[in-house]
Amino acid sequence: MSFSWIGTLILALLAAAYGAQTARTSAAQPPAQPESLAAFQQVLQVLRHPRCMNCHVPGNQPLQGDDRHAHTMNVKRGVDGKGTVAMRCSNCHQLENSTTLHAPPGATDWQMPPAKTPMAWSGLSDGDLCRAIKDPEKNGHRTLPALIPHMDTSLVTWAWNPGPGRTSPPLSHDEFVNQLKRWIHTGAACPQ
Amino acid sequence: MPPTTPETSTRAITLEVNGKQRTVHVDPAKPLLWVLREDLQLTGTKFGCGMAQCGACTVNLNGDAVRSCVVPMTRAAGQKVTTIEGLSPDRSHPLQKAWIAEQVPQCGYCQPGQIMAASVLLAHVPKPTDADIDDAMSGNICRCGTYERIRRAIHRAANSTHKGGGQ
Repeated sequence: MSFSWIGTLILALLAAAYGAQTARTSAAQPPAQPESLAAFQQVLQVLRHPRCMNCHVPGNQPLQGDDRHAHTMNVKRGVDGKGTVAMRCSNCHQLENSTTLHAPPGATDWQMPPAKTPMAWSGLSDGDLCRAIKDPEKNGHRTLPALIPHMDTSLVTWAWNPGPGRTSPPLSHDEFVNQLKRWIHTGAACPQ
Repeated sequence: MPPTTPETSTRAITLEVNGKQRTVHVDPAKPLLWVLREDLQLTGTKFGCGMAQCGACTVNLNGDAVRSCVVPMTRAAGQKVTTIEGLSPDRSHPLQKAWIAEQVPQCGYCQPGQIMAASVLLAHVPKPTDADIDDAMSGNICRCGTYERIRRAIHRAANSTHKGGGQ
């Protein structure tokens, strides 16, 4: 009899806690749309890929390769994201990929995000990454619609033409942009 | 039928090398390193790895310490290039004097690239710290391990310039 009473009390407390959590969530943001969340999961497959993630890192050192090791030669971000004195990105990275295996890849404006807006995604949960790319303070001062043309810049499209020895994201570039548009047009919902 | 000449992809490209306008007839994809060495006979710039991994081929392109082995002539066209031969007319550049004073080279192969990278560093940071030097020079590999002497020589050059040694 006493066990039954305790069990009922525990259930009641859990229900109350869940209700409070739900209420907090509802107050913080509108209910997530399933279609928007599904689109974001597709977008995530690209954002999480090493071609993107290797430069969207905290700290000052870019990464290299699909195993995401630290960039050799002590390469650093620099204030403008284009390297440091005598170690500018463009000292080695040209406007096009080298055709030689393990030689530097290249694209116009090869760079990391600048130090003021590092756009670091490593270590973020899916929800936090989603909120980061929506936040103009964290996404390079871009509105949501402005994210779309950014994906057509030479540095972003390079991920689908990365040169010998490097993999590309699992979605095609067209499919990636379509999913990004779908996410935005359905409310740009973020996972918890 | 007249004999046909093989099609070539060469074209005339003009650039400024060590203060002089030079025109070469080369494939626009040819790396700057090989234009310097083969077409202009400026062999002070060395071939090391051919893939921007070692820094032996470093030259100054518009003030940047580029790896000339991966710089196509399309990028160098119309630009200003300084090689180790153009650093001074008589080895009087503070870095050259400091390199000799500190007896930096062992085999010497990487040293033109080291000096050219150091010259870019000093142009931007006249009094570099050890950390500044390490950051700026870490893309230039020395298989003999002369890094300590390189660091001392850069400090010496910086001090001599600071005291009015000129650059």
